[in-house]
Amino acid sequence: MLKYLIKRLLATIPVFFGITVISFFIINLTPGSPTDLQTELNPRITPEIVEKLRKHYDLDKPVYVRYIKWVKNIALLDFGNSLSPDGRKVIDKIKERLPVTLLISLLSMIIMLIFSIPLGIYISVNKGKLRERIITFLSFFFYSMPSFWLAVILIIIFGIYLRVLPISGLKSINYAYLSTFDKIIDIAKHLILPLIVATTGSIAYLSRYVSSNLDEVLKQEYILLARIKGLPEKVILRKHALKNALIPVITILGLSVPGLIGGSVIFETIFSIPGMGQLFFQSAMSRDYPVIMALLVLTSILTLVGNILADIGYALSDPRIRYGD
Amino acid sequence: MRAFLSIIFFMLLLGCKAEKVEKRAVSSVDSKDYGDKLIEGTIGDASNLIPFLASDSASHQVAGLIYNGLVKYDENLNIVGDLAESFDISQDGLKITFKLRKGVKWHDGKEFTSDDCVFTYKIITDPDTPTPYSGDFLTVKKVYNPDKYTFVVEYKEPFAPALSSWGVSIVPKHLLEGKDITKSELARKPVGTGPYILKEWIAGDKIELQANENYFEGRPYLNGEVFRVIPDTATMFFELKSGNIDFTSLTPLQYERQTNDESFKNRFNKYRYLAFAYTYFGFNLNRKPFDDKRVRKAIAYAIDKKEIIKGVLLGHGEEATGPYKPDVYWYNPNVERYGLNIEKAKNILKSAGFEDRDGDGILEKDGKPLRFTVLTNQGNDARIKTAEIIQRRLKNIGIDMKILVLEWAVFIKEFISKRNFDAIILGWTIPQDPDLYDIWHSSKAEKGGLNHYSYKNDEVDRLLIEGRKTIDKKKRKKIYDRIQEILADDVPCVFLYVPYALPVIDKRFRGIEPKPAGITYNKEKWYVPKIEQRY
Repeated sequence: MLKYLIKRLLATIPVFFGITVISFFIINLTPGSPTDLQTELNPRITPEIVEKLRKHYDLDKPVYVRYIKWVKNIALLDFGNSLSPDGRKVIDKIKERLPVTLLISLLSMIIMLIFSIPLGIYISVNKGKLRERIITFLSFFFYSMPSFWLAVILIIIFGIYLRVLPISGLKSINYAYLSTFDKIIDIAKHLILPLIVATTGSIAYLSRYVSSNLDEVLKQEYILLARIKGLPEKVILRKHALKNALIPVITILGLSVPGLIGGSVIFETIFSIPGMGQLFFQSAMSRDYPVIMALLVLTSILTLVGNILADIGYALSDPRIRYGD
Repeated sequence: MRAFLSIIFFMLLLGCKAEKVEKRAVSSVDSKDYGDKLIEGTIGDASNLIPFLASDSASHQVAGLIYNGLVKYDENLNIVGDLAESFDISQDGLKITFKLRKGVKWHDGKEFTSDDCVFTYKIITDPDTPTPYSGDFLTVKKVYNPDKYTFVVEYKEPFAPALSSWGVSIVPKHLLEGKDITKSELARKPVGTGPYILKEWIAGDKIELQANENYFEGRPYLNGEVFRVIPDTATMFFELKSGNIDFTSLTPLQYERQTNDESFKNRFNKYRYLAFAYTYFGFNLNRKPFDDKRVRKAIAYAIDKKEIIKGVLLGHGEEATGPYKPDVYWYNPNVERYGLNIEKAKNILKSAGFEDRDGDGILEKDGKPLRFTVLTNQGNDARIKTAEIIQRRLKNIGIDMKILVLEWAVFIKEFISKRNFDAIILGWTIPQDPDLYDIWHSSKAEKGGLNHYSYKNDEVDRLLIEGRKTIDKKKRKKIYDRIQEILADDVPCVFLYVPYALPVIDKRFRGIEPKPAGITYNKEKWYVPKIEQRY
């Protein structure tokens, strides 16, 4: 097991460097440069100013020189400074946005698991009944619903029509004057709509996934054997079927680890939440290379970690993998 | 996506007519009381509050309340003193002497003096300062300060936009001298002389300002102003309706269709003034067939500006006839106008040798069909709709126009800067100073310059240089009047429209008067009667 783990870890190092090389060169190949927003279509700009700005940001140097410099800095865990006019440290820009995104993603993941696994089981157990059909219909309905559309509907119903929930942002304008308890309530209220929007689609999807896995497992011969043995259906489900049906869910969870810090441009924009999705989007649009690279590095590390975690999860839950190695 | 969203929520609102009508006490008292806050919604966060390091409007909007320049534009767009009590321009236009206000304090309590002005000039023109604004000061010969309250600038040659360039925010010498400005704290914690002081800045969320008790023109009536970042215009409108923001801009659709019910009118005032911007349909004069003036004129006659304003802006715009908006001093109404005239357009094309010989509905000349592609940028629905309306009109006179919508950076870098286009739909903002050199002078037609059309006219070149050197306002207007005439006749682009800005403000705020400068020129004089104050 340990040997396996070390092998997996070592294999990720060249992959990681491959990712950074390709990303660095590709983002530099895209037309446009970080100084464009300041200089393009601006009558006050002379060619000298453009040169000056390019020099200031090292953009006059060849890409490979900048890549080597970037790698040297990364080795010292320095992500550099943003190339946008604020010139702030990239790490600061990420730090101030990460907690919000992490909070929302972790909460959505928990909510997703809490709802989708029981729902998936319920669907499987009630196969063919009317209630199963209704739930199936609803889960397809919510899965196909575009999140921004759902967001707008919810805002109109709860924010404007009923006036029970805030529409956007994370804190009320008078947040600073609230007591600690009210502050928590305030944030919780602001989180309800974004969380609903963030989870409906994935609950629908994951519950379908769980139920189809469970269906598959219930057709296996060992389940048949268990039934012949006369075990009660509940025990069969809990002890024998569910464990195996949930293995593929581990893959999904592993794959969603990088999404934890990714955030979502769409609902962050609609709900005015200053999270990572917006940062990524803005940095991509303004060609803010250091920020894009930092986010790509974080995401790829988490992807690799997520893959390893999924593998470990597999090994732990499935003896065939553990001993087969 | 935004357009789609607004359509959806428009439909939804039709279904939700039974909205709660909010009764609010709107008092008839109109006493100028202190207190309350203005919550303003903006779509983008500021980037840097050292104003000359940022070029985005969000940063300038906030920084404008924190800093002052030596001069400013008043409500009628005349230049008046700000930190300067008075200013004097020498007869030959080569020297400006500013007399500064005495006793003005920086937010940290230190006195503002002429040293700060000299320092600001030095730091902006310092080669190590990454600012897009140093171009304003290229013709400066020297600056000096004979005493604490006098600041003098000398120029190498007369430069008409010189005075307005001193509207640049003056920054505190004592906090910036000897430091690397790109790493200065002031970018996030500005210290200015202006009516508001920065209280809190949460990136991507809000910027809160509080009134400067010691402001030299008297403290603002409001206690503070909060800029809330709400990137989505639909969400912005919901926040307005639910009372969480007081001040934002409406889209023409919102202005016309969603804000006319009694409950909305009881709570908000809508305003309208001409924005400082125009949209145009520009030709690449180096490409066939647009090197032929007759083709350009024919297209101008085939475009119905009224129809575009009605269709795209729902009427909230004025026809543009040149590079100025119709309500400013520099505007010349007596230029050639091109109304919709299909017959004339067809005749002009015929006389230019274009005829439909193969009967496919598209005109040809020398075997080549009259076909081209117009480019515009993603994310600007008004421009895309404009292109579609023009496309239909041009088809009527036998021109086949294709539309290509591109991502902004690609559009600019690969197509505009390289002059790799037939025609474009784009817009310009209209600066307060009438100088047009950077856009219309032939020297700017080179790749990378802003004369995208590659327009070259000797008389215009001569007039543009003369206009920059003429200080006398009346003489200067004559020059720009003539330029507008020539541009209208040469049709390097079809000037389409000047849109109206459509701000909306909670009714409790008083003292707002729309003027050619807009409505925010006197923000520090806005007030809320005590009885209606909310925050």
